[in-house]
Amino acid sequence: MTPFRHYETPLMPTPLHTRTAPLNRLNRWGNWAGCMTPLCFGDVDMEYTAIRNAATLYDLCAMVKYRIIGNEAADFLNRLTLRNAAKLAVGAVHYTAWCDDDGKLLDDGTLFRKGLQDFLLCCQERHLPWLLDSAKGFEVSIVEVSNQVAALSLQGPCSASVLSAAGFDVWGLKPFRMGDFPFQGGTLTLSRTGFTGDLGYELWFAPDQALALWDHLMEAGAPWGLRPIGSDALNLARIEAGFLIPNMDFIPAHQALREDRTRSPLEMGLDWLIDWDKGHFTGRRALVAERARGSDWAFVGLDIPGNVSAEGSILYHNQKREVGMITAAAWSPALKASIALAQVRARHARGANLWVEIYALRELQYAKLMLPVRVVERPFFNPPRRRATPPARV
Amino acid sequence: MAFCDAIILGAGVNGLACARRLQQAGLSVLVLEAASEPGGGARVVEFHPGFRAPALAHATMGLDPRLARLVPVALHPPMVTIANGLRVVAGQAEGPDTVAWSRLHTRLTRFAHVLAPFRRMAALNPGGGNDRLALVRRGLALKLLGRGELRELMRLILINVHDVAEDELTDDRLRGLLAFDATLGAWAGPRSPNTLILYLDRLARGPFPLVPVGGMGALVAALSTGLSIRCNTRVARVLVEGERAVGVALDNGEEIRATRVISALNTRTTLQDLVGARHLDTGLYRRAGHIRMRGGAARLLLALRGLPDLDNPAARHVLAPSSRAVDSAFDPAKYGQVPQHPVLEFILPSVLDPALAPPGAHVLSATVQFAPHSPRDPDAARAQMLENTLKVLEVHIPGLRAEILHARMLIPSDIYTLYGLPDWHHGELAVEQMLFNRPLYGLHRHATPIEGLWLASAGCHPGGGIEGAAGWNAAEALLEARQ
Ligand SMILES: Cc1cc2nc3c(=O)[nH]c(=O)nc-3n(C[C@H](O)[C@H](O)[C@H](O)COP(=O)(O)OP(=O)(O)OC[C@H]3O[C@@H](n4cnc5c(N)ncnc54)[C@H](O)[C@@H]3O)c2cc1C
Repeated sequence: MTPFRHYETPLMPTPLHTRTAPLNRLNRWGNWAGCMTPLCFGDVDMEYTAIRNAATLYDLCAMVKYRIIGNEAADFLNRLTLRNAAKLAVGAVHYTAWCDDDGKLLDDGTLFRKGLQDFLLCCQERHLPWLLDSAKGFEVSIVEVSNQVAALSLQGPCSASVLSAAGFDVWGLKPFRMGDFPFQGGTLTLSRTGFTGDLGYELWFAPDQALALWDHLMEAGAPWGLRPIGSDALNLARIEAGFLIPNMDFIPAHQALREDRTRSPLEMGLDWLIDWDKGHFTGRRALVAERARGSDWAFVGLDIPGNVSAEGSILYHNQKREVGMITAAAWSPALKASIALAQVRARHARGANLWVEIYALRELQYAKLMLPVRVVERPFFNPPRRRATPPARV
Repeated sequence: MAFCDAIILGAGVNGLACARRLQQAGLSVLVLEAASEPGGGARVVEFHPGFRAPALAHATMGLDPRLARLVPVALHPPMVTIANGLRVVAGQAEGPDTVAWSRLHTRLTRFAHVLAPFRRMAALNPGGGNDRLALVRRGLALKLLGRGELRELMRLILINVHDVAEDELTDDRLRGLLAFDATLGAWAGPRSPNTLILYLDRLARGPFPLVPVGGMGALVAALSTGLSIRCNTRVARVLVEGERAVGVALDNGEEIRATRVISALNTRTTLQDLVGARHLDTGLYRRAGHIRMRGGAARLLLALRGLPDLDNPAARHVLAPSSRAVDSAFDPAKYGQVPQHPVLEFILPSVLDPALAPPGAHVLSATVQFAPHSPRDPDAARAQMLENTLKVLEVHIPGLRAEILHARMLIPSDIYTLYGLPDWHHGELAVEQMLFNRPLYGLHRHATPIEGLWLASAGCHPGGGIEGAAGWNAAEALLEARQ
């Protein structure tokens, strides 16, 4: 029997911990899916700047990962998720999401198709019981491999050059594609994916390759100023890219305690994921009904005047009636603007006469601001280099 | 086969009740039945050459009155119960507790009558959409009980039957009868909570067991009259196209299409096997797997050389010497064991209906509790259940063994394999699986998320037994939706 000593390490160190710990000068750690992950190594602005101007390394080991294998793996995924997994090419990746019976979001994640009958689903929350129950009646096996697959994210305009210097020829790799590459007698998988909205890659490998890979990349990347980053800087980049985080931008339906807190993909701006014609999937009936009836909520990007972060602020119509809530906000260095993601009542989704009330804490007193906001397109930041293949050699 | 308005799966009492109601309303219906004859739990089977008996149900507590009006069935006079030697008919009992029994019976019957109408209306919906007028009427009936009695009903409604037996009666033989009847068909002993309500549910249907003239076979024949029933026809799949049920596929591959499909067989089987995961949301599929269906009733049929030496061979005999005895019979079953002294009811159907056995010979039909619902070694459990039951019977009928030509014992897993009925009700009748939670919240109005697919078996409100209320309610729900 496995001796259960988990209480000795309330947060589990990742396979990269022995490298990230000495570099974490602030000793700022966060809890991500039970793992100890860096929030910031020293200077969040420098880390963010490296994402947009150089190259960065981020410890992705804590990502929850499920290996889904079997004759009916694609059928199973079509029943589970919103997109059509059967249309995903081998060697490709897509962003997807899944719902409960009521058509409310459980999570979003990325689906990697490694073979015709071999997928990897990566997400933030844990779902094994739901996946196993969804698999009943399908010839498929599902194994959680979160601890068997380690991962690193290498992001930034110089990331292809860094990888190339490290011996990985990724010049031909298109966005949302992946490939296997030899590394020190073994192999690793490299995908052109990421959470920054920039040029970037994710590396998937065995935990025992972790330290050697880290050292190898740090060395090869030194000329480009390759820098480890924490979740704080990444969060800034993802807001600019307009990406969602469960439990920040929406409450996963299985965790919501209040009935009215759950949100559907239509309400979170994910309608483009749904393949209405692929056949039945969990939540389809509820979503069809919602589509016919109209949604209660909408998810929008906002441009806010001034430079005070609107994090956690409430949205008002006509400065009076509460109609929404900011779920993420930041001063965007790339856009030189105060931007935010928000849930808003559907009828105010276009943003007419929409206001935000910001309580800015100024030396133990709140300065109250009531500012008009503008609904803008997401992603806020979407540079051509994110898609260019081959990427520019820098 | 011409296209019809509704296909009904399963010709059990609920499938037949549903079919009769829909046909009465002018719909064309076709009933598909896997077995060679209609009737489900009530059908009569030959269990030994020349000996026939009801497969499972050997009596009824009364057909649903709406069904009985449409299909009159001649019944034998009320059945006398001989409870551990004591003669009981409804509120009349012999022995020192004559007065107490009558008082208890009157009070519980009054409560049962207040609750009975709920069984014949759509299951209450906490989310609204109820028949307000009917609710007001039911509420009024509750109020008319008077304050004291209403309080008493509230005190008793979720109580265990053992406490009531101890509080109200002194004679163990009557306590045993009360405990036995309350837990008959339940996965619960008399000390399990919420068992008195099961007795109220039984009383809501009638005060005594009834046997149709001509036996259960005659009842099935009456219900089947005028219906088009295809026997030996096993449905393998419900055909779903574009999220709508459009018909069924049989196990031989044949497809039959219809405007609606009404399943009067087990809810879990219907959803998980006949519809299948591909057409259902994960949550519903999962919940269908969680419906509790633990059967504890075993079935014993004996082919006897002659008439056993009994004072009252036409009666129902209950061998449950005390409430404690019923409880002790349940305890081992909880742990997968066979009780040393099972409790049981038996009748001799061939006394009322001599055609069931060769001249002079007889059939003993018994329902025995409690059998483990999924024992580790079913063969050993069956053998032991038979042996222990015969021991109990022999005390009551000396020399019984010598009279036995053939004994057939079915434990719950056998019953499931043979008749597709995992427990008495296609889903335990227990407080948490009643009303709007029956068979599952969201399916309690018989409609399923798959348009055109309806549920009608005993797994639906108000539950099982040879009654037909669930099937009738399903037909009413369907007809209402059609308007
Ligand atoms: C041991 C035992 C004793 C009982 N004794 C009594 C009693 O004395 N009195 C009483 O009132 N109740 C009794 N019951 C309960 C009673 O038998 C049931 O509650 C009742 O039969 C339920 O009726 P139903 O129509 O809902 O289902 P069922 O009677 O189970 O009918 C379902 C029908 O569907 C058919 N079917 C199943 N699968 C398929 C398929 N794939 N395709 C086509 N057809 C299919 C079956 O063959 C069956 O005919 C007893 C139950 C048990 C287990």
